[in-house]
Amino acid sequence: MVETGHFALVLAFALSLVQTLVPLFGARLNNQRLMAVGGPVAVTGFALTALSFAALASAYASSDFSVASVWENSHSLQPLIYKITGTWGNHEGSMLLWVLILTFFGALVAAFGSNLPATLRANVLAVQGAIGAAFFLFILATSNPFIRLNPAPIEGRDLNPILQDLGLAIHPPFLYLGYVGFSICFSFSVAALIEGRIDASWARWVRPWTLVAWMFLTGGIAMGSYWAYYELGWGGFWFWDPVENASFMPWLAGTALLHSAIVMEKRSALKIWTLLLAILTFSLSLLGTFLVRSGVLTSVHAFATDPTRGVFILCILTLFIGGSLALFALRASRLTTGGLFHPISREGALVLNNLFLTTATATVLVGTLYPLAVEAFSADKISVGAPFFNLTFGPLMVPLLLVVPFGPLLAWKRGDVFAVAQRLMVAFAAALLATLVTALFIDGGSVFAALGVGLAVWLILGALTDLAVKSGFRTVATGIMVRRLLGLPRSVFGTAFAHLGLGLTTLGIVGTLCFGTEKILSMHAGETVELSGHTLRFVGLYPAQGPNYSEDRGRFELIGVSGSPVGEISSAKRFYPVRQMTTTESGIRTIGFSQLYISLGDEGKDGSVVVRLWWKPLVTLIWGGGLMMMAGAAMSLMDRRLRVGAPSRRRKQASVVPSATLP
Amino acid sequence: MTRKQKRLSVIAGGLVFLGAATGLTFYALGQKASYFYMPADLTTASVQPGQRIRLGGLVEKGTIQRGQGATVGFSVTDTHKSVKVTYTGILPDLFREEQGVITEGSFGPDGVFVADSVLAKHDERYMPKEVADGLKAKGVWQESKSE
Repeated sequence: MVETGHFALVLAFALSLVQTLVPLFGARLNNQRLMAVGGPVAVTGFALTALSFAALASAYASSDFSVASVWENSHSLQPLIYKITGTWGNHEGSMLLWVLILTFFGALVAAFGSNLPATLRANVLAVQGAIGAAFFLFILATSNPFIRLNPAPIEGRDLNPILQDLGLAIHPPFLYLGYVGFSICFSFSVAALIEGRIDASWARWVRPWTLVAWMFLTGGIAMGSYWAYYELGWGGFWFWDPVENASFMPWLAGTALLHSAIVMEKRSALKIWTLLLAILTFSLSLLGTFLVRSGVLTSVHAFATDPTRGVFILCILTLFIGGSLALFALRASRLTTGGLFHPISREGALVLNNLFLTTATATVLVGTLYPLAVEAFSADKISVGAPFFNLTFGPLMVPLLLVVPFGPLLAWKRGDVFAVAQRLMVAFAAALLATLVTALFIDGGSVFAALGVGLAVWLILGALTDLAVKSGFRTVATGIMVRRLLGLPRSVFGTAFAHLGLGLTTLGIVGTLCFGTEKILSMHAGETVELSGHTLRFVGLYPAQGPNYSEDRGRFELIGVSGSPVGEISSAKRFYPVRQMTTTESGIRTIGFSQLYISLGDEGKDGSVVVRLWWKPLVTLIWGGGLMMMAGAAMSLMDRRLRVGAPSRRRKQASVVPSATLP
Repeated sequence: MTRKQKRLSVIAGGLVFLGAATGLTFYALGQKASYFYMPADLTTASVQPGQRIRLGGLVEKGTIQRGQGATVGFSVTDTHKSVKVTYTGILPDLFREEQGVITEGSFGPDGVFVADSVLAKHDERYMPKEVADGLKAKGVWQESKSE
């Protein structure tokens, strides 16, 4: 089975070369038969990669330690779920997952792209094939997951305990679906540059792919954030760690792309910019892959540091980013520019969005790469952390968030900002009220905290105002309003949901950072501690045994108003003997949208235990907002206009489209 | 305003915005980036009390002292020199004697380094990259020892 997988991988590499060259020449010679090769080859390539991945997964599931990668990252006592997720919990396997998703997207284009112009389809598949070829070669040359060991060891070296968590089942696949999903936008852009023209079907195709990729990337980042939050025991949800930034940069650029693609689709303006943004977004995904996989950064994500890998990915990076940008420089002037618009209009608002988001991306990029540059060019080692990002990213985000509610309410071409402001009066008054109430009646918050709460309320109500205005709230009878609301295009709901999610995430961040409380103390069994109105009693430490670890579980009782326990929270120190590693399992209890978070420290000589407790108000909204954004993207995808392969049906729906532009 | 003037003002506005963002970024880099030192570097580098730095090295054997409550004292060494560090909080799971560690904080007036974060972020060899590089530069640690 393992050899079958290895063979399938080599075949998939060969096919990816065919997929690159044959359709490319076909498109050049305008030869239908050569162009038609791309589709079946892409689908077969995906099938072979899937077979290869299945072979590796089955080696992991059956603990076949004759495979080096399985021996290094698995253990026979691990629960089955972690054996399977362990397939991509290491460098080799995760790269295989990367190409699996890449070929999957390629196969989707092949399967659903029958209504694309033949040359565009051929070129897109060729570019997709080229990316695939580079990464297949990378895997086969430097990170082959199928290398055998002889003699085969009896027992494996266990998966990194931090990764033995359900988060590993969700976070990497989602993140890769996002990262790699942007490859489609990239391929479409490069294909358009090769052809030297962008037509209507281009924009209609790029937008849904951006939405899909963005949706998964949002989910992947949110899941990664929550995972780090509960697994590391530090109680933080975002550390501005370079590895986090590596995923955040494509997200920011992808968000900009999502918005500029709207302008391009509806008004056929910003064509060249959208194309550039699509290239940049995937370039940042590649950069992220490089930062995480090359070992230039130390982190839980950098599984092994092998310099040849870093150099190889750097070559791929240079080839694709450099190549696509060079092509852009050569060809962009050939593309025609689109419709004009007044600065104050929906287009203008979306341009402003793009200006802020790309600048924010640039600051994150500078902060992430600066330490590497300093280290490369001098002997100094520096670190750029949260203080830098708070000072640069924060001031860029606040004005953007302030204008978010205006955008969807402005009309295309020429908007009336005063009319929009009037419609937003209620939301503004409520936000102001929320600010005042927070400042006057809630302890512990600063002026910034109160303004933060106001901003979040403004975003949330702004999103709801959008729906209310578009359904004619208070201007028409309730029955008609409800009917209108249900009849609104799904993309209008998508926008509202995503912006609502943004507001929820903001509220969660403000709540946690500004109103959270924390205590560090050493406790004996039986002692109680009070934190922000919650009383906790430390019951004691209890040893326990897991399948591949032993643990000391610290049990805490949450004491209710009556003085009797109303719930239990437990946090544990786990020891994994195979890797000689200790991990902290945090204890979390969700109360409303807030959480009590307990992290167990070391045991003192006198039997006391160091305990760190946090009260994190509204913290779950941070990730809840992310889910809401995903729901928004899903809603938008369900819009009939955007449904993949919908152009033929589009004309029938034409009457619905203008309603999206109703002020 | 004519169309040309309008366009120019939009472009000028954009450039001013980008200029401000660039300025802010470089100001922040100057202010907020924290430098990494090993204990022996501190004799040559002038680090003011209160200046935020990152101090890395090995946790010296036998120096870990658990005081009252959650405060821990230990020494960070690069085998040439060592620096006393105090930290209040929970030490990372990977914190142990004679292992690489990075602490972040500043020197108090008494010359004791007060850390507000202790990282034992590491690769699979339990050695933070900065510390490994620093030790290699000082000839204390060779690649071969890591295997």
